[in-house]
Amino acid sequence: MAPDTIYLDNASTTPLRGEVLDAMLPYLTGEYGNPASIHPMGRTPRDAVAHARESVASLIGADPSEIYFTSGGSESDNWALKSAVLGPHPRGRHVIVSSIEHHAILNTCSHLKSMGVEVTYLPVDRDGLVDPAVVEASIRPDTAVVSVMAANNEIGTIQPIREIGGIARDHGVLFHTDAVQAYGQVDLDVTRDNIDLLSASAHKLGGPKGVGFLYVRKGVHLDPLIHGGEQERGIRGGTTNVPGVVGFGRAAELAGAGMAADSEHERTLRDHLVSRILSEIPYTRLNGHPSSRLPGNANISFAFVEGEALLMSMAMNGICVSTGSACASGSLDPSHVLLAIGLDHATAHGSLRFTVSPRNTLGEIDRTVDVLKEVVGRLRAMSPLYEDHIKNGEETRG
Amino acid sequence: MYDGVYSEKVMDHFTNPRNVGEIEGADGVGTVGNAKCGDIMRIYLDIDHETQVIRDCKFKTFGCGAAVATSSMATEMVKGKTIQEALKVTNKAVMEALDGLPQVKVHCSLLAEEAVHAALWDYAEKNGITIEGLRRPKKDVHDEEE
Ligand SMILES: Cc1ncc(COP(=O)(O)O)c(C=O)c1O
Repeated sequence: MAPDTIYLDNASTTPLRGEVLDAMLPYLTGEYGNPASIHPMGRTPRDAVAHARESVASLIGADPSEIYFTSGGSESDNWALKSAVLGPHPRGRHVIVSSIEHHAILNTCSHLKSMGVEVTYLPVDRDGLVDPAVVEASIRPDTAVVSVMAANNEIGTIQPIREIGGIARDHGVLFHTDAVQAYGQVDLDVTRDNIDLLSASAHKLGGPKGVGFLYVRKGVHLDPLIHGGEQERGIRGGTTNVPGVVGFGRAAELAGAGMAADSEHERTLRDHLVSRILSEIPYTRLNGHPSSRLPGNANISFAFVEGEALLMSMAMNGICVSTGSACASGSLDPSHVLLAIGLDHATAHGSLRFTVSPRNTLGEIDRTVDVLKEVVGRLRAMSPLYEDHIKNGEETRG
Repeated sequence: MYDGVYSEKVMDHFTNPRNVGEIEGADGVGTVGNAKCGDIMRIYLDIDHETQVIRDCKFKTFGCGAAVATSSMATEMVKGKTIQEALKVTNKAVMEALDGLPQVKVHCSLLAEEAVHAALWDYAEKNGITIEGLRRPKKDVHDEEE
């Protein structure tokens, strides 16, 4: 990484925190033992994994025995949905999910559909919110699970999961929430929020990549996704990723201890970024809910320009952001999330996501906006859409 | 940098696009693509009626890095050529001149070829002539937004 890089893509992944690396290092070196071993080398890793399990559990008010470590958010999402409808103990053949879930959920649903499972996709409003009343109306006698993400990875909208979970509970349906973006960012409590299953991933909060967990409420039966040895109380095979799990535990402790101050700092930076962009660059709009959103997320559409060109221009200036434009992903359609909140294709193609971390500074934000003004101006000057807009007058665009 | 995805030539044409802009009272203007797919290209041509030489060529593009780079390269390649020579500037030629494009971006080079053809078609229509070997461009409507 170049020294002057400004990293504003923390929803994609975060840098490993120094304290986390320090906690992991012994388990990458001298303490290489397998926690399942009975001989002395298993002892310290076993204790460390138990400690990490407590740390990740306490951040959501769970009991450590309800935590199952996995390879990350994607595995946890797959496991939650597949276990609810497949295997020897399916709870039903119908699944309800929001239409703005991560692909770890949506592509699992497509796969389940190909196996005869029925899926209901809940619409969202212009701010990206799911209406709990629609959740209730969608529940059927054969519904196995409702899955609505705690917070969206693209637009940051935080869902009313407590209400949705309550409705699912009242109907005897499991409630799963993909909390990969919310975990460690906002306050979550599995009891208060009526959660039966919750997915989290370490690399979104300063932990290592390739480790996550699935929270499973005591009493909820789960079939294995990964069949194997007796790890994770026999329902998730595979030798425990000790350094990863230990790093996750440390990252969770740090996130919990710093949550209030960190989110305050992120919110300050984010609000500064948004207000400067909206006031200094014409034809821009903020996507996602104005207040019920992750503190570090800003998603903004820049009319008349395309997102990948924006992203590249920012990258050439050392600023890392991401886009909902199709051109950056190789598919033809722009982000399903931006289309679901009602953006037209052109607007969706012209959007950027900025996600700040507690380590970003106000100076970085100001530099980002300064560069952005220049870049947007340059791209608009070569945009036929902008040319048409100027020639046809201001009234053609709402 | 935008690592590894594009060739240096593509990056160069994206960073310093040649022939950006409009031509007032252009002899031919062609717009192709649509906002739905995220790429719109407009080509302006200034043509010498006597010699059939493209004296000047400018473009405006809404689109990704590859779309901007292919527009820029296409304008460079047709500028100074006769209409018949310009028709031989295929999407393949534009891609080769850019040292290749990622597979998912090949459609951008097709769009550049079509934009030149659409501008030539416009020129032919305005002047009531037919240009040998030029067919009506496929995508001459640019905004199919529902
Ligand atoms: C909301 C959401 N769910 C799931 C995932 C997948 O997590 P992982 O990368 O750990 O598999 C991500 C991140 O990419 C995410 O943002």
